[in-house]
Amino acid sequence: MSPLQLCLVFSSVLFAVGLAGALARSNSILVLLGIELMLNAANLNFIAFWRYGPSPSSAIGVIFVIFAIAVTAAETAVGLALVISIYRHQQNIRLQEASHLKG
Amino acid sequence: MNLSAAHLWLIPALPLLAAAVGSVTPRRGRRLAAGAAIAAMLGALLLSILALRAALADPSAHLTSNFSWFDLGNGAVRLGWLLDPLNAFMCVMVSLVGLLIFIFSVGYMEGDEDFTRFFCFLSLFAAAMLCVVVANSLLLLFIGWELVGLASYLLIGFWFHKPAAAAAAKKAFITTRIGDIGFLLGLVWLYDTTGSLLLYDGGNGVLETHVLGDLASQMLAGGIAASTAIGLLIFCGAAGKSGQFPLHVWLPDAMEGPTPVSALIHAATMVAAGVFLIARIFPLVSADLELASAPLHALTVVAGIGAITALLGAAIAAAQYDLKRILAFSTVSQLGYMMLALGVGSWVAAIFHLLTHAFFKALLFLAAGSAIHAAHHEQDIRQLGGLRGPMRTTYATFAVGMMALAGVPFVFSGFWSKEAILHAASQWSVSQLPLYAGLAGVVLTAFYMTRLLCEVFWGAPRSPAPAHAHESPAVMTLPLVALAVGAIALGFLGTPAWPWLQSRLTGKDVPAHSLLEGGSLMALSVVLVATGLGAGWALYGRRPRVSAADPDPLAAAAPRTFAFLGARMKLDELYAATLGRLNSFGAALADILDRWVWGGAVSLLALLGEFTGFVNRGVDEGGLNAGFDSVSERIRGAGRAYSRAQTGEAHGYLRTLAIAFVVLALLVLLGGGR
Repeated sequence: MSPLQLCLVFSSVLFAVGLAGALARSNSILVLLGIELMLNAANLNFIAFWRYGPSPSSAIGVIFVIFAIAVTAAETAVGLALVISIYRHQQNIRLQEASHLKG
Repeated sequence: MNLSAAHLWLIPALPLLAAAVGSVTPRRGRRLAAGAAIAAMLGALLLSILALRAALADPSAHLTSNFSWFDLGNGAVRLGWLLDPLNAFMCVMVSLVGLLIFIFSVGYMEGDEDFTRFFCFLSLFAAAMLCVVVANSLLLLFIGWELVGLASYLLIGFWFHKPAAAAAAKKAFITTRIGDIGFLLGLVWLYDTTGSLLLYDGGNGVLETHVLGDLASQMLAGGIAASTAIGLLIFCGAAGKSGQFPLHVWLPDAMEGPTPVSALIHAATMVAAGVFLIARIFPLVSADLELASAPLHALTVVAGIGAITALLGAAIAAAQYDLKRILAFSTVSQLGYMMLALGVGSWVAAIFHLLTHAFFKALLFLAAGSAIHAAHHEQDIRQLGGLRGPMRTTYATFAVGMMALAGVPFVFSGFWSKEAILHAASQWSVSQLPLYAGLAGVVLTAFYMTRLLCEVFWGAPRSPAPAHAHESPAVMTLPLVALAVGAIALGFLGTPAWPWLQSRLTGKDVPAHSLLEGGSLMALSVVLVATGLGAGWALYGRRPRVSAADPDPLAAAAPRTFAFLGARMKLDELYAATLGRLNSFGAALADILDRWVWGGAVSLLALLGEFTGFVNRGVDEGGLNAGFDSVSERIRGAGRAYSRAQTGEAHGYLRTLAIAFVVLALLVLLGGGR
């Protein structure tokens, strides 16, 4: 297998692990972790396609990923704030129970 | 201060303001209502005196102040105020007599619970009349004229809980309205012909020379000039308001109102309006005199009607038993004299008589009111009697008024004004009949006034009411005294020896005559007055009636004539039998038309509407509603189905996403990348 294919297989596995975690867990924090894994799998794809793509000299892929990581960090901050708010509200962070927007 | 025509509107505006104040004053605000009315009249009087002074500075001028009321098509409807000696004298008379009547009313209406309403109406009445007087536009004059009619309706029917008063108010209103239709037609015709209703407008007014020339030269069928026809139409209105035969029937019935109202109607305001109107438009009604060949002159009709009214009123007055009704018919008769004077061409004599009559008739009515008030509203002269003793002032002032009306020579104003009228009638070139009618009226007037005085004040009280009479309070007697002074003094303003009033009214110097000139006519009328007074004294004064049941000496002598006159020549019955029946017939016809023809058509239309409504409802409920209902039901069902997917659980959404992703991925892979 070529390095690109190896990278893609790896990121697919990573994505599948993230998806499984996000779907199977009921702890909100772990669901967020799963989502992070899926995002990073996507980021890995960016890097791989850039590195083994037609013009690896310009830093387009890296810049793209750095942006994505920054956005993800912000998103995670919001997600954690929501988790705290849910905890305050229902004294646990089970995602199944957080099914109502209205108090 | 110099009053110009532009300020004249203040004169009617003041009483109008007082009427407005009176209309919002609560019942207990008696002093406010009466005070406002009297103050307003006082103000109007002062303004009128200023106006008179301004007018007399140049008696031949017609000072005007015209303004545009609203624009209509290419032209504008214009109104205006007019100041000349005729207006100014009328203003002073109306406001002075009105003021005295207002003051008297304070005493007379003291016990009435609608005191404030009374003063509100009185002020409105005076305001309307003053508006008539100062108007320089026939339209404005007509507006005031109708307001006079309205106010008289309100006041005659003031005690509207009495059926007789309500009926009298309606009668007055409707009868004068008949005349007013003629007036209005005349105005419309005049406006159509001349394009203006202003009296004086710098050469374009309807009373000015070239317009009059146009009017007099327009011939209608039969050689009658347009000005004759218009003048006669306007005269209809004047005849209605001034109680001329055959429209005089409302005037005696108007006695149902409170006595100050009668005084106001008979002296200062309402009936004077008609005479004033003809005097005002005298150039118009006399314009056709230039045409010697015309078959009919407007003034001939006026003189004829006036002569008939003068004689008829006096004859009926001699056979009445109601104190106020006798005075009412005497007013009818005196108004006939004024119209007669207008008809024979001497509007100055008519206005002179109007002014003097205003004073002595107001005096007579107020003195009668004082007597009636004292005698607990007993008005039948057979029941009265003996009021001379307890009511000194009333008696003395009534006697002054009576002698002025009867035309007792030399001292009293009525003599001089009546003399002026008779003199004018004797100069008339068309016929001497009005003079004879007038002379006959003089005898009758002296006779019935003597009868009235003797019956009411002399002899002994013939019923309990006059027996307990006592003199009225000063607020009532003082106006009487003031009017009595006027009833005497006013005559000296217009004697042939010193014709001050005449020369001021016409604006030309009227030469003074010696009293001996035309002395034969004067001597004749003195003899006639003496005859009347003597006959009255012989029949009623020498041996006063002892009991109320005694027959009247005249009734004993000529029972049928007396009964005929007492029933007012059966004119009311005649009208009821002819015009009344015609009217009821027309009403019945209109009723049938309304009920069956128009009513049927309307019902048919309504049925049609009902039917279409019914059909509409079926279509709506059966067709349209069902369609819309099923569509909305489906939309709701779809909404229910979709809302089931919205559980709110994040895992569910995520799972759906994942499955969709896998499906998409499989599709892409199996589809070979397409």
